[in-house]
Amino acid sequence: MPAVGEILEGKDICICAGSGGVGKTTTSAAIALGMAARGLKVCVLTIDPAKRLADSLGLKELGNEARQVDPKLFAAQGVEIEGELWAMMLDAKATFDELVARQAPDEESRDRVLNNRIYQQISNALAGSQEYMAMEKLFELHTEGRFDLLVLDTPPTRNALDFLDAPKRLTQFIEGRSLRVFMKPTGIAARVAGRGASVALGVMKRIVGFDLLADLAEFFNAFSGMVDGFQARAKRVNSLLGDSRTCFLVVCGPQGEPVDEAVYFHRKLVEAKLPFGGVIVNKVHYPTEKLRGDGDDLPAALSEKLGDEDLGRRVAENFADYQALAERDTGNIARLAKELRTKGVIRVPYLDEDVHDLAGLAEINRYLFASSEERIEIAAGRA
Amino acid sequence: MVFVTGKGGVGKTTVAVALGLRAAAEGKRTIVCEVSAQENASRIFEHTEIGFHEVEVAENLWSISIDPDESMREYVLLQLKVRAMRDMLFRSRIFNYLAAATPGLKELVTIGKIWELAQLDRKVKSARKYDLVIVDAPATGHGIGFLQTPRTFAAIARVGPIHSQAQQLDRLITDQEHTGVAIVALPEEMPVNESAALEHDLREEVGVAVDRVYMNGLYPERFSNQEAEQLAELSAGEEGAMRAAARAALSEHNRARSQRAQLARLRRRVEAPVKTLPFLFEPDLGVEAAGQLAKRLG
Repeated sequence: MPAVGEILEGKDICICAGSGGVGKTTTSAAIALGMAARGLKVCVLTIDPAKRLADSLGLKELGNEARQVDPKLFAAQGVEIEGELWAMMLDAKATFDELVARQAPDEESRDRVLNNRIYQQISNALAGSQEYMAMEKLFELHTEGRFDLLVLDTPPTRNALDFLDAPKRLTQFIEGRSLRVFMKPTGIAARVAGRGASVALGVMKRIVGFDLLADLAEFFNAFSGMVDGFQARAKRVNSLLGDSRTCFLVVCGPQGEPVDEAVYFHRKLVEAKLPFGGVIVNKVHYPTEKLRGDGDDLPAALSEKLGDEDLGRRVAENFADYQALAERDTGNIARLAKELRTKGVIRVPYLDEDVHDLAGLAEINRYLFASSEERIEIAAGRA
Repeated sequence: MVFVTGKGGVGKTTVAVALGLRAAAEGKRTIVCEVSAQENASRIFEHTEIGFHEVEVAENLWSISIDPDESMREYVLLQLKVRAMRDMLFRSRIFNYLAAATPGLKELVTIGKIWELAQLDRKVKSARKYDLVIVDAPATGHGIGFLQTPRTFAAIARVGPIHSQAQQLDRLITDQEHTGVAIVALPEEMPVNESAALEHDLREEVGVAVDRVYMNGLYPERFSNQEAEQLAELSAGEEGAMRAAARAALSEHNRARSQRAQLARLRRRVEAPVKTLPFLFEPDLGVEAAGQLAKRLG
């Protein structure tokens, strides 16, 4: 079973995807760190990382720009960075504004878009715009060619798939073809579309109020000169995602629900013909020596050894609880491997302390990049 | 009405269901609503897909998965009495397009449906009233946007029925006497930070009352520091199951300790009272687990 280093060999882009709360941000940072340690110039694009992780990476007051992380910070944790590690915190609104500025034919059209209320709402809040902008920034950095590898931490969508549809959904909206037809009542298309459409429009006017429609019309007018540019770009972003030098890693937890979601997500990746690289399961309870064979002896043996019957009983109880979780994890991971038809499930153990600083990151990094022999050692040594 | 929110993966659905079970046991007719067509509650109740129906999942307890498209449909049905017009509308491409493209409209009709469920005089034919509506709300970030939707909408659509209806929904959300918010957190760095930020934003930006923060998944403190030292010695000197058991105990001890530190941080940083919920050592959290948690809610 390959480690992350082998999976990412020869890749330009690594996209970490998964549902919320499974440790995507930490995993992305640890992957970027590991690849930088192996001599690459790596940039990790992250969204809202834990404050202390951001602070320790020197990302405290960063704008929408990549900054290099001081390698001395990691040297102190025993990780030598042979290459370079860069990081940036993605600002979706700023990226969208930049994109508009780039596509706008002149300053006036740019300002008309930036000042439009519908635009302001979309760029801030429309589900999908954050995802789309993450892709956009990825594309921009890739085109610039400053880095050997880009690692993207995808936004925490409720549904891990949202971001795959995001470019399409957003360009469809901006394009607004069917709507623009009705904005011009004299247009030929309006007459062809007939009565159903005018009724629909009339009803919508009554329901949403006139101003919303006026704002929308203004929005599409303002965007009209940029539609082609946006579409062409979205197409290139999409082909970049499907490129063989791009790699999707699915990140999940060992519980039933995250595993189900990982299976679902993998299926969607395959359907969309996007390159799946492997799956990383975080916070795994490793199976330790089987308690079952020891039967009832362990509590007694522990009590005797510790010279405290109550403590011995509690240690045994705790161990039984731990074993139950380890068995659950083993079962879920076996199911995951079977569903994904892969042996490449990379496990990261549930560490004693939750990971939010450089020491934790260095530790996670150790597991992600361990060779299969090393991993056997880890599995055997950890309880 | 109670909105349950928090960072992704902290157990919002389980807590929402536990709150539901508790209210139901107190004799309140209760419904747990899921949004964005999620089906997490049906999983807990081992029920096949619940969908856009009010389904009784336990005594006094109902559940519904609110699908925005279905809500939109229902909304239009309630708004338009002329059938031919409705049919024309649903078939019309522009209507579907506008409904899909208008930012926030999905969230608005979802909240509209929640509002409808909470009415004493239900709009939907032959529907009965509920004493309590519990909403398994979207995760942080999306959650704030979700609860703000009515106000944003009222500002954009300055006239027309949407304007007044959006205002009405905003009043429902910010009615601190009848509507509350519960935040679910985990005893880890990021969830604690996010919960504190979330509470602040909910109060300041949305204007809702955060009634309680639930610290979920708290490990029991099974061992004292002194015992931990003893166990460290044991794990160094032993092999096999004995060593593994000692190490598992040390892991538990370390986690329980760092969790207590996070709990203290949470208590310092939020204004609402913090209630703890135990970590359940069970392979899959089903209705029994939710029932156990329900007993610990207060």
